[in-house]
Amino acid sequence: MQIINFISNAIVPLLLFYIIGFGLLMKQNVYDDFLTGAKEGLRTVAGILPTLIGLMIAVGILRASGFLEFFSEKCMAWTSYLGIPPELMPLAVIKMFSSSAATGLLLDIYKEHGCDSFLGMAASVMLSSTETIFYTMSVYFLSVKIKKTRFTLAGALVATVAGIAASICLARMWAT
Amino acid sequence: MLNYLWGFMILIGVAYAAYNGTLPEVTNAAISSSKEAVTLAIAMLGIMSFWTGIMKVAENSGITEAATRKLEPLLRFLFPGIPSGHEANHYIAVNVISNMLGLGWAATPAGLKAMQALSELAEEQGKPKGVASNEMCIFLILNISSLQLIPMNIVAYRSEYGSVTPSAVITLGLLATLASTAAAIVFCKLADRKGR
Repeated sequence: MQIINFISNAIVPLLLFYIIGFGLLMKQNVYDDFLTGAKEGLRTVAGILPTLIGLMIAVGILRASGFLEFFSEKCMAWTSYLGIPPELMPLAVIKMFSSSAATGLLLDIYKEHGCDSFLGMAASVMLSSTETIFYTMSVYFLSVKIKKTRFTLAGALVATVAGIAASICLARMWAT
Repeated sequence: MLNYLWGFMILIGVAYAAYNGTLPEVTNAAISSSKEAVTLAIAMLGIMSFWTGIMKVAENSGITEAATRKLEPLLRFLFPGIPSGHEANHYIAVNVISNMLGLGWAATPAGLKAMQALSELAEEQGKPKGVASNEMCIFLILNISSLQLIPMNIVAYRSEYGSVTPSAVITLGLLATLASTAAAIVFCKLADRKGR
């Protein structure tokens, strides 16, 4: 696992070195370019802030009401049969609809179980390897007025289930 | 869809809290969650700007374009139905690369353009209107299978919440993403053959 941690730690600095080095080699104004890009980043974050506030409030309310525990307990019977920890079940479901709402749940798991626990890691990997099915499908298909989506949903579910299964296995290996 | 999801989260939360006797907690949660969202956004501001800045450098020095060219063989394998040189190829490549680098906001505009190009292609080929073509289905399934190589946002959240190894998620995430994308490709290849 040390090798994995090393690669993970080194990949960002190396990429950084390559991109900046290559930019200088091509005689680009790397600093100006960086500033332009960074400004776009600022705008993006400012743009998603309302979404973040709205969804974190909704998740906060749902969490404080105790409904999530109730929901997870209900799911426990059949998720433990499938080998999915019940704490991860709401995350898997919510992630299909909204990435930001899933982020709220992820941070919740971090707070309750710690990010370096098995659950924290499994949740982290799950969110990095799955996408928001219903959101993506509705945005993309609506943009070209497609009504019959044929095998898209089935394929999306296959990919998501594979991602979730891999996340849980990998996190289990990492945690032990 | 999102309207209902968001609305029902609040409605269910409040209704269940009334039943469960946790209404005061709900009030506190609403206030503290909004504060938390702002704190999180401030933490994200720095990391996100840093990343988009670096990506701009990569774009202007031609790294992004070179990577697009390298993707050509892959695109031909995944989308045999798109004629070589069709503009859909370009948009799909930009979308895939942006997704790989975790640039959702760059991926979505390119993805929408790719859908537009694919729908024009389907029309040229005389396929029925309002029905997704094989290429559209495959493109969306690939997008949903997650192509992100470096989940910078998750790394950021982890370090924000006190992880000892915040970036450990990169390698595990990469492996899990490979698994989900491989499953997606196998599924698409089977469905594509059947659909022809």
